[in-house]
Amino acid sequence: MINTKVTIAGVELKNPVMTASGTFGSGMEYSEFVDLSRLGAVVTKGVANEPWPGNPTPRVAEIRGGMMNAIGLQNPGVETFGMRDLPFLKQYDTAVIVNVCGRTTEDYLEVVERLSDEETVRMLEINISCPNVKCGGIAFGQNPDSVEAITREIKKHAKQPVIMKLSPNVTDITELARAAEAGGADALSMINTLTGMKIDVNRRTFALANHTGGVSGPAIHPIAVRMVYQSAQAVKIPIIGMGGITCAEDALELILAGATAVAVGTANFRNPRATIGVIDGIEDYMRRQNVEDIGSLIGAVK
Amino acid sequence: MGEKTMLRAVVLSQEMIAEQIYSMWLSAESIACSAVPGQFVSVYSNDTGRMLPRPISICETDKERGALRLVYRVAGKGTTEFAACQPGDTLNLLGPLGNGFPLERCPEGKTAFLIGGGIGLPPMVEISKQIRGKVQVIAGYRDELFLTEELAANGQLYLSAESEALTASYTRSHGQGSITHGNVLDCIRENQLQADVLYACGPTPMLRAVKAYALEHGIECWLSLEERMACGIGACLACVCESAEKEAHSQVKNKRICKEGPVFAADEIVL
Repeated sequence: MINTKVTIAGVELKNPVMTASGTFGSGMEYSEFVDLSRLGAVVTKGVANEPWPGNPTPRVAEIRGGMMNAIGLQNPGVETFGMRDLPFLKQYDTAVIVNVCGRTTEDYLEVVERLSDEETVRMLEINISCPNVKCGGIAFGQNPDSVEAITREIKKHAKQPVIMKLSPNVTDITELARAAEAGGADALSMINTLTGMKIDVNRRTFALANHTGGVSGPAIHPIAVRMVYQSAQAVKIPIIGMGGITCAEDALELILAGATAVAVGTANFRNPRATIGVIDGIEDYMRRQNVEDIGSLIGAVK
Repeated sequence: MGEKTMLRAVVLSQEMIAEQIYSMWLSAESIACSAVPGQFVSVYSNDTGRMLPRPISICETDKERGALRLVYRVAGKGTTEFAACQPGDTLNLLGPLGNGFPLERCPEGKTAFLIGGGIGLPPMVEISKQIRGKVQVIAGYRDELFLTEELAANGQLYLSAESEALTASYTRSHGQGSITHGNVLDCIRENQLQADVLYACGPTPMLRAVKAYALEHGIECWLSLEERMACGIGACLACVCESAEKEAHSQVKNKRICKEGPVFAADEIVL
């Protein structure tokens, strides 16, 4: 019998595989292809205190080994999310993690407080790393002092455990990881997308209306592995690793580097059932390698 | 509307029908049998490094053979790969996706305009086969004709082209008035055509002009839109268009082309 259960901040997940925020909506669309109850957790698309319209189109472009996006955190706001998306997710036997975005500290706190009595919400993932919005997002995530300050402020108001989602667009991610830990974060998730730019040579203009966008997909996977590894050496709190996972091997690399759980993002676009493939693949690996408890793999590569 | 399925489709035939325009028949029974005109499929590259599916409109379906036909323009590396597929090769498909054209709006006794511009023409083939009303296809081309036989099979086909060389040579062989030099609206005016309902697919400037024309003439108007997509099923919010009113799902003036579309009533959207 193999044990794939992992625990983050007291929340037990049946397996370490989650969805990466922004690639999976609130699971409604994907539920036609995936039994959401098989997932360790569903991490929702970012939710703000009010509806956000997002950026102009085109919002996505393909690159070799990945893609770029500049959706701009379009979301229906926490009221609609609470009335429509949470009751939907409640039907499934999976942990619900809500990704929270905002322009100001007060925006974040409004969402955190609105969700505080929602039993369906097991954890909050605070997005301080979106590269595609002018205010908020990454503005909070690139400076250790502001990361610590916003983490502390959110921890004061949050009833659920708080995961801080970190940006790779920094010189030394361990500084930000330490700052979030110092602010009281219960866990970290990394990495958000890397800021990039693509130019359409035929039209001689930017491929994305926003000019820059976040790079995701297999191309960024080694960067995620490196950053998870470095951060795992720097902090004691658990890390959720993400960045270009397409298969179990990619997920296992992040786990061996120090991630307690992992999230599958861009791969959902290539294959709506990618998450299930990763879960099955991890189980196969454990059987083949005679691994009884997935916990023994976490950070096993030193 | 049929359920979406993901399947490995076998290529039955592949043919170049104009410069950079290809026609591919695929065996994809569950998709072919449930698709309605105006829906599309996501076609996935066999190269694992290409993460995003290509949304391609369904040109026509053959429910008896369980086959569907995609007519597409080679525009980049993904479609270049599809064009190189030969009979027996396989491609992953997801579909049918989105909402089709409401053909019931043009029952017997009414007249329809099926307006297609360039690579917006393929879905008009299946509409022309299934619609009950009288069909007038208004086809707009740049510099080469394609699908004319299919588009003429179930109704009256009116041609227009932006290229002077094309219109001149076509007129020489088919006679005066056989093709309009200009756009689809020039073609409608030149032939003094009228309709009750209009279905259109093509480049945005064409759709904008068609929408204005429909409003001016009091014609019910349905437009199929296109945008860069990622998931194709409504989760990622990449392919949005501006909507006239606040949309229930998004809570902003924003609709998902892959989910609420790709076909919209013209007054629902801002072009």
